[in-house]
Amino acid sequence: MLSPLVDHNSVLMNRLEAEDADFGSSPAQGRSRSETVTLPMLPLLVIDGGRAWARIDWHDLWGHRDLFYFLAWRDVKVRYKQTVLGVLWVVLQPLLTMAVFTLLFGRLAHLPSDGLPYAIFSYCGLLAWNFFNAAVGTSSNSLLVSSNLLTKVYFPRLLLPAASVAATLVDFLIAALLLLGLLPWYGIALRPKMLLLPALGLIDALAALSVGLGLSALMVKYRDVRYALPFALQLWMFLTPVIYPTSFVPSRFRWLLLLNPLTGIIQAFRAAIAGRPLPWLPLALTVSTIAALLVASASIFQRMEREFADLI
Amino acid sequence: MKSIIRVEQLSKRYRLGQRDNYYTLRDTLTAAIRLPRRASTPRHGAQYMWALRDVNLEVAPGAVLGLVGRNGAGKSTLLKVLARITAPTSGRVELYGRVASLLEVGTGFHQELSGRENIFLSGAILGMRHAEIVRQFDEIVAFAELDRFLDTPVKRYSSGMYVRLAFSVAAHLQPEILLVDEVLAVGDAAFQKKCLGKINEVARGGRTVLFVSHNMTAIQSLCDSCILIEGGQLIAHGPPAQIIDHYLARHSDRDAGQRSLRGHSGRTRNSQAVMTEVALRNEREMLSGGVAMGESFSIAVSFDCGTTSLTPSLGIALRSPHGDPLLGVNNKWMRDFDDSRCRQGTIICRLERPPLMPGSYSIDLYLGDGMVDIDIIEGALTFEVQPRDVFGSGKLPAPEFGPIYWPATFTLRDES
Repeated sequence: MLSPLVDHNSVLMNRLEAEDADFGSSPAQGRSRSETVTLPMLPLLVIDGGRAWARIDWHDLWGHRDLFYFLAWRDVKVRYKQTVLGVLWVVLQPLLTMAVFTLLFGRLAHLPSDGLPYAIFSYCGLLAWNFFNAAVGTSSNSLLVSSNLLTKVYFPRLLLPAASVAATLVDFLIAALLLLGLLPWYGIALRPKMLLLPALGLIDALAALSVGLGLSALMVKYRDVRYALPFALQLWMFLTPVIYPTSFVPSRFRWLLLLNPLTGIIQAFRAAIAGRPLPWLPLALTVSTIAALLVASASIFQRMEREFADLI
Repeated sequence: MKSIIRVEQLSKRYRLGQRDNYYTLRDTLTAAIRLPRRASTPRHGAQYMWALRDVNLEVAPGAVLGLVGRNGAGKSTLLKVLARITAPTSGRVELYGRVASLLEVGTGFHQELSGRENIFLSGAILGMRHAEIVRQFDEIVAFAELDRFLDTPVKRYSSGMYVRLAFSVAAHLQPEILLVDEVLAVGDAAFQKKCLGKINEVARGGRTVLFVSHNMTAIQSLCDSCILIEGGQLIAHGPPAQIIDHYLARHSDRDAGQRSLRGHSGRTRNSQAVMTEVALRNEREMLSGGVAMGESFSIAVSFDCGTTSLTPSLGIALRSPHGDPLLGVNNKWMRDFDDSRCRQGTIICRLERPPLMPGSYSIDLYLGDGMVDIDIIEGALTFEVQPRDVFGSGKLPAPEFGPIYWPATFTLRDES
């Protein structure tokens, strides 16, 4: 054992034979990397400075589909691991809200409920709204809470808000199953039309993504968005027909309600449960609003994506 | 194909204070209303800093390139641009093949998840496909030497176990280009060696590796060429030994024995700025940036915890001129450890005649409350050890055998 320095080197270089027999020589000397590496055709990646506008790289997103799954899986796993009540919480929350709404708005205020029992009527609204609310909340925060990832490793940033929404779908599924369990209690038979619920849930997820995506990017740069969001969502709920039917709103203002993408979704939920024909016009409006929002959100996101690691 | 990485005129500009001053949407909107045309242009009088300036670089396939430079020189920024973590302000980079970056040990780990779950999560985040992780799962576990704890949440792991698992996942990445930043600064010495060995193996396997480290020994042994970055510019490119000498010659900065630690650039990320000043005094109690070989000296570290008080425990680590850890001392290991609490004060550590060879040494400081480190500053102070005739023989020990010398007695028995 000579000194720490030499010892360290000799361990490091145990693969490099005994070419440094002379202690004084640097171990890197006399070393050659002559083996020529022939690479097969490798994909070329170009990083260009000063390009302010980038298109969504669908190929790259598809290549990271495993990561999308793992991020969503992580969110679900961690959420149910950390809460003591776990699944019970997901069940209790809409049930208790439904009970309170039914008592306050159904029994005391006698709000109309489109021919459904008020409890089921409000639960349908809550099912769509709670999911939207939770998904917008987690996806908006998804970049901020993953700041350690953003500054250390590359992956398509879009996956973070998208995976957050996907993870929240689990809560939605549990709450939707609960609804199906509640129906017989209120004397409503299960109908084939109720098979539309998953499709409506998916539209709801896209609605949440169309808002959360843009907000997540804005939140990285503008910290006040974080504080304004819960308040904005609270107001939004009252502008959404969760506790009241659209027919409750005077007809000259009803078009305003239809600008809200959730209106069509909630109407469709109720129609599917009550066995009424689907409200195609509001639904079509909803889908086009979501599409417009998605494009706007994605362009905000793409434009700001380059700065995330520097700002966060 | 000649180069696997081609960097042309790459520049990256940061706005000073960008990290601290958050924007608010309100301010931006009011500014937009007042000055509609200038809302999107930078704020008036904003200061800019070029983290990278006109960097040109070509790296051949299979090369192991070391990036050398002091803190804040732009090494990490260059890696981050190549890794697509941050976007360049101007310039162009061409990379052939898959790029993986290892800028930190444990990227993507989640405390609540088990070791097994974290292997999959972290692997996916670092860029592995699910099938690849499954295929290499057993190897990853074997390298980490953790098979008994696979189903334990990583929050219950010791820091050593955590680092082993995290590095093991990263070590099994199989990109064409691997970017590594100072990840070897963690873990115990034995594991560091294992990691270096693994990186060496990766490099020998024909992959292209870019390697940032302050540890010159690691750079010298791993890399076959080096670049020196200073002030965001690439100022030299050549064989490791030459570049390291160049670097050490430029940066044997003497701090004249005293340095303020407020706003020190070597402070690690999660540190609270508690330490305020460090001072080095020689045998005659004089502030000095240099001591002679074998001369006793003291290191005084002042701290200020504001309104809270603590039982200060101070760790001092000495690094050799090559950046290797050389020795560590801590007041809590000592018999006469004073465990009284205080809010602000100065701890003085005296080293009795340390047998250091001539050269420039640096000191890392760790201030804690006896349980955890609160404030960590790497390279808090550097000082020079000057040659002296320590053996009284008129001869100096030869420098190539390491950073310490030792008095020895030799006897010759004449057996002729």
